[in-house]
Amino acid sequence: MRTLEPILAEHPFFAGLDKRHLEVLTGCASNVVFQEGHIIFREGEEANTFYLIREGKVALEIHAAGMGTITIQTLNSGDILGWSWLVPPYRWHFDARAIEATRAIAMDGECLRRKCEQDHDLGYELLKRFAEVITQRLQATRLQLLDVYSTKERHTT
Amino acid sequence: MTMVPSPFRVQQVRHETHDTFTLELEPVKGSDSFAFQAGQFNMLYVFGVGEIPISISSDPTNPRILMHTTREVGTVTKAMGKLRRGDVIGVRGPFGTPWPVEQAEGADVVIVAGGIGLAPLRSALYQMLANRDRYEKIVLLYGTRTPNDILYRRELQRWRSQFDLEVHITVDRAMGGWRSNVGVVTSLIPRAPFDARNSIALVCGPEIMMRFTVLELQRRGVPPSQIYISMERNMKCGTGICGHCQFGPYFVCKDGPVFRYDRVQHLFERREI
Amino acid sequence: MPQSGAVTENRWILPAAEFQQLLDSLQRLGYQIIAPTLRDDAIVLEPIESADDLPIGLTDEQRAAVYRVKRRADKTFFGYAVGPRSWKYYLYPPNLRLWQAKRNGDGGFEVIPEEGEAPRYAFLGVRACELAAIAIQDKVFLGEEHRDHFYARRRENALLIAVHCTHPAATCFCTSMGTGPRARGGFDLALTEVLDSKEHFFVIEVGTELGLAVLDGVPVQPATERHWQQAQQVVENAARRIVKRMDTTDIKDLLYRHLDSSHWEDVAKRCLTCSNCTMVCPTCFCHTVEDVTNLQGTVAERRRKWDSCFHVDFSYIHGSPVRVSEASRYRQWITHKLASWQDQFGVIGCVGCGRCITWCPVGIDITEEVRVLRRSEEGKAAQSSPKEESHANA
Repeated sequence: MRTLEPILAEHPFFAGLDKRHLEVLTGCASNVVFQEGHIIFREGEEANTFYLIREGKVALEIHAAGMGTITIQTLNSGDILGWSWLVPPYRWHFDARAIEATRAIAMDGECLRRKCEQDHDLGYELLKRFAEVITQRLQATRLQLLDVYSTKERHTT
Repeated sequence: MTMVPSPFRVQQVRHETHDTFTLELEPVKGSDSFAFQAGQFNMLYVFGVGEIPISISSDPTNPRILMHTTREVGTVTKAMGKLRRGDVIGVRGPFGTPWPVEQAEGADVVIVAGGIGLAPLRSALYQMLANRDRYEKIVLLYGTRTPNDILYRRELQRWRSQFDLEVHITVDRAMGGWRSNVGVVTSLIPRAPFDARNSIALVCGPEIMMRFTVLELQRRGVPPSQIYISMERNMKCGTGICGHCQFGPYFVCKDGPVFRYDRVQHLFERREI
Repeated sequence: MPQSGAVTENRWILPAAEFQQLLDSLQRLGYQIIAPTLRDDAIVLEPIESADDLPIGLTDEQRAAVYRVKRRADKTFFGYAVGPRSWKYYLYPPNLRLWQAKRNGDGGFEVIPEEGEAPRYAFLGVRACELAAIAIQDKVFLGEEHRDHFYARRRENALLIAVHCTHPAATCFCTSMGTGPRARGGFDLALTEVLDSKEHFFVIEVGTELGLAVLDGVPVQPATERHWQQAQQVVENAARRIVKRMDTTDIKDLLYRHLDSSHWEDVAKRCLTCSNCTMVCPTCFCHTVEDVTNLQGTVAERRRKWDSCFHVDFSYIHGSPVRVSEASRYRQWITHKLASWQDQFGVIGCVGCGRCITWCPVGIDITEEVRVLRRSEEGKAAQSSPKEESHANA
């Protein structure tokens, strides 16, 4: 039976990882497929998984009365979906919906949390990578916040 | 004649979005075509109201129709938005430096447009698609505020299907139902299909967007000497004499608006210059 | 290309008592004479008809933020330096209609360019620094790509009678800029005023055929060697009396190196961004345009007006100016004047006339600002040397 190890090794997120760490991670990995329209997770649910998107498109959405559903961001192949599994209270902050048929690798967050506590080197490697992802997202979010295409008067000091 | 406006008649007003429109113009008298290069701009004058620089957004290979796509942001553009077929507008130009359409031959072309920045880039696209075989890959990455703000929608779809052109659109925010990307336009760069070493990048949009786009392009490996941006500054004369558009030693109206990035990098990164 | 020195070896003298004849000749040739004259306690440049309108027996006392006209003991005609107005006031007027537009029956409008004769000015009393400033503005307005025909026509018509300086002000620094006090060319005639206990006369050098034509009918006598020596002496004396200096070594890169300097914040504490300096500067050329209509909305016109990079809305775009802080605006002006001007026009933009120093209400001195930048670099160089010594000793 072919394992997911070569697939994980190929994914840009895990580039440069030690073989022994890859093995551990493979133990927590599984293949998943989402049909178009499938809700992968909902805001408020327990967050115990993160996903490496291999193919497809996922939208991060938020819903509010009077506002309807707003798409905050879309993720594509190669992107990481979800980091709420890393920090308490381990709950999702958005809905995630596959807006195209999507193939991904699901990583068992609970399993990984335990393994990272046992092997701090593995923990550090994962946190380094997640820090990069989160920083990029934060930067992109800030740019979105700047609303650069708006024509409102900017107040100057 | 670039000192006094020439009267041009509005042939058509096309409402692109809720606040953006395209004027199709023809000269009132004289030659029936207006020669220009992609990336250049005209000073457009509304009788008695004022004059502003607007990029030309029409096809340089089809100079019979002159088009300008404008967003209503101030007094003059709002007055322009009220113009109807048959009205007359003053035109001075064309002014400024063009996109390096010839230099890009033989390379991949990655076009990154933000908001109304797509307007002057459309002229470049027209010209390149008219000579499609001279270029390798052509990729358009286009970011705007919401799906309602997307310009030239039908044209982009037509180009996608007719020509060998990749078009990736993203918006800053969308209501549910939007099936394409949501996120800043820079997020499209890492995965866009082009050879960074052998590509020319044309970038136009709000300054912040250009700043981050240029960073992302360099991260991909595009050398600064292969990135071109289009600057905007306050302009009154369009001919390099009133001093308003100065950007370091450059007059944006005549040394720009298109600049090769490595030549202005030291200015672009500075505040209040 | 202006010739250096006189077109011929012909030098002439004109007694001061006959000076009116020179003005009469100019008027016969159809010129409107613009010359220094006293108005509102300042020596400004205005149309005159009589030699009596010149600031006879007057001088100016200038230093940072101070300008005073004082009475002299003698009756020189040109015994002062430069005042708040420069010749750009006439070549490049502060408020000028560029064109008119009239609505027509076709639903549109037609543009009516400004035609008509440009004024024929005779500029009497152009200083060496001012000639340099005119030459600089020629580069700006008579460029290869765009030629300003309003400037061109006035410039073509203008007759220039230079006066070599004999009484520099404390704010003058033309010697540092290589522009004076002796005018080196670009004039039709050049005068040196010589006044001592015995005589009062002008030595006249001829610069062009037109200048020679002006002397027709004017009771000039050939200048002797003695006259010429006296003329040279007074101008040399003037050069020696210039005390203000600006070191222009590597000045372009000096300014460019200091774009991020915190010094501009210090200047900003003093600078009011009042734009006086740009108004009095003979080379500043920034302007704006204003579109207006009549009440009925049938006739529109565009006017060109002097503007200043110190105005906060000068760089306004998309809801905010680019240069908001006073520091950035002062930096823009001084960097343009001394550095980017060179990249744009191949020459430095400052002629050392000192007006910006005199007319700044808080007395900011451009030569001082440059000095501060240089000192800050020397300071850094000095800091590094002691360290090298200690390494050598270690």
